[in-house]
Amino acid sequence: MSLDVLPWIILFLPLFAAVMITLLTRHNRTWSAGLSIAAVVLGFLLSVLFVWNAGWQPATAEMSASWLSVGNLQVQFGLHLDPLSVLMMLVVTGVASAIHVYSFGYMREDSGFSRYFAGLSLFTFSMLGIVLANNFFQLFIFWELVGVSSYLLIGFWYEKASAADAAKKAFITNRLGDFGFLLGILTVWTALGSLNFGVLQQKLVDDPTLWGPAAAGAGLLIFCGAVGKSAQFPLHVWLPDAMEGPTPVSALIHAATMVAAGVYMLCRVFFLIQPSGALPAIAFIGGLTSILAALAAVQQDDIKRILAYSTLSQLGYMVMAIGMGGPTPAMFHLITHAFFKALLFLGAGSVILAAHHEQNIWKMGGLRTRMPVTFWTFCFGGLALAGLWPWSGFFSKDSILAQALSAHHYVYFVLGLGIAFLTTFYIGRLLVVVFLGSSRSAACEHAREAPPVMAWPLRLLAVLSLVGGWIGIESVLLKAFPGPSPEPVAGFSQQLAGPFLHAPAAAWSGILVFALGALAAWRVYAGTKSDPLPAKLGSFSRAMRNAFYFDDFYAATVIRFHDFLAVIADWFERWIIAGLAVRGVHGSTELAGRALRRLQTGNLQTYAFLFALGVAVVLYWVLGK
Amino acid sequence: MHAGLEQYLAVSGLLFALGLFGVIVRRNLLVIYMCLELMLNAANLALAAFSRFNNNLDGQVFVFFIITVAAAEVSVGLALIVAVYRKRQVTHVEDLATLKL
Repeated sequence: MSLDVLPWIILFLPLFAAVMITLLTRHNRTWSAGLSIAAVVLGFLLSVLFVWNAGWQPATAEMSASWLSVGNLQVQFGLHLDPLSVLMMLVVTGVASAIHVYSFGYMREDSGFSRYFAGLSLFTFSMLGIVLANNFFQLFIFWELVGVSSYLLIGFWYEKASAADAAKKAFITNRLGDFGFLLGILTVWTALGSLNFGVLQQKLVDDPTLWGPAAAGAGLLIFCGAVGKSAQFPLHVWLPDAMEGPTPVSALIHAATMVAAGVYMLCRVFFLIQPSGALPAIAFIGGLTSILAALAAVQQDDIKRILAYSTLSQLGYMVMAIGMGGPTPAMFHLITHAFFKALLFLGAGSVILAAHHEQNIWKMGGLRTRMPVTFWTFCFGGLALAGLWPWSGFFSKDSILAQALSAHHYVYFVLGLGIAFLTTFYIGRLLVVVFLGSSRSAACEHAREAPPVMAWPLRLLAVLSLVGGWIGIESVLLKAFPGPSPEPVAGFSQQLAGPFLHAPAAAWSGILVFALGALAAWRVYAGTKSDPLPAKLGSFSRAMRNAFYFDDFYAATVIRFHDFLAVIADWFERWIIAGLAVRGVHGSTELAGRALRRLQTGNLQTYAFLFALGVAVVLYWVLGK
Repeated sequence: MHAGLEQYLAVSGLLFALGLFGVIVRRNLLVIYMCLELMLNAANLALAAFSRFNNNLDGQVFVFFIITVAAAEVSVGLALIVAVYRKRQVTHVEDLATLKL
């Protein structure tokens, strides 16, 4: 079997599982879970096999079949294989595998078990489709598929009104961004005449002036798609609400699929965005999202919401890196973030399960001794997120800060340091409050460690969170984006020391803010029973708790405006369409019918008379003239 | 006095009108039936007269056909009337208005 078949198999395995579960094994829990897990794990193993044999830069970079052609629009269905997509394929299948296995333990008591795994498989399939797509059209289709699967999974517990609302909110907010994205794709096609990534890149390399005046608009419109999918300001509001889904789904959304799609897409088409001049706006939006979300995370009490705002903040970090012209650091951070955020969510899931679905961190506490595996793995995830050397987060965050320095964006460098401080602070708060001190509720006093099927994915991800920064991920990415960044060195020890050698300022300041943040978190929260910050910060703390009132602001403006439009449309429908047009036609027909009914007497002789009359009239007509 | 075509046609038209009038105003099914026969025979008379005055046998052939068909029609019609009577015990048309909406 040729190697070229492997990516196709990897792509379609999860779809196969989803279809089989829906059609055949819906009523058999074990088979459904088995199919779904087997598909994604097999996908991961095949990905490893593929990389092992074909390397990061496969000989056949592009495989495609013509799909439809309308006029001079040629749409292909194909795969684009380069270091970026191959690496991402590996990460998506790998992280999704861990989450699938974990779900088997987490969801075992749920009645919608099979439906859950079908959704999970569909989600993985959609994301792989985005990763491997070789043109905008195909990417957009999978982009929407990701939206649909997120809708299905966020609203998994659809009998709960809040979950159903959150699913709708996520989908509609995403559609807003996607509309811009679609316009962007159309602009690209009009300006450059192709949708294929390879062709587009070649065209821009041959003639950099090809973009013309549409450039900035197109760049911003494409960025719109990422704003929706990767939850950037001002469309970030869906992500915290998406916590209504089951916790492993949150892990999947936040790590391997969905939000990663936006950043990945920006990196995939970086060659389009860079010359378009949209980068400063992208950096600004990213930085703003990042700092707002980091501040909001500091004052959340729900363990999953803290992590959700943390994801927002980290995504803002990545988008900011792209805006500063650094797709390599952004992708690097995306991948390390996938490892440790999946770990943190899965850890939070096992905490929630142990505390009998309690999500308020102030009702937990003292879980360190009762749940050692969860505690230690969570610590690894937290340290990676906060960015302590040698955890993976340190390296990727450092590469973003170094990018800011080398591109002379000093404002963003300082902003990045501030966000790093807040990150350490809120994750330190979470760790201290949840795992240290004494239990604050009865449920937590009897908390038990998660079963092995949940603990092993945690261990695996913990290892990845530790080593992710120095196993050569960055050098693979540098093959995808050859640029001004220094060529990375090969050995582990050299990679470990790398940041201190070529960007010492960024590395040391990163370490410094970590120390400050950790110290602050410890000083404020060690041994406290309740949060002391609201008393000190007053209304600012309330603003942080409510994520700066964006939901209320949208409710008062956008939603109210739409309600107003809906009232008008309703009136028009009720009175003009249904009343005048439909009732008018129906009413006049009925009236005519009622009148004509009088002629139908049932009396034979009336008919005979009318018949004779008719004959007489016809005779007169024919003969009388 | 020798009767011309006009006289024959006048009698035929009179008979036809009488038949039609009977069909329209009489209530009894049997009488309506007889009036129908009257109308047929008015037509027969007109055809025979045309045949005679045109020196052409086509009209008389037509008359034979009409008489044959009328005989068949009478048998079916009477059978229907008998069946209706057995079913409903009525022979008056105003009582047979169930097709009315």
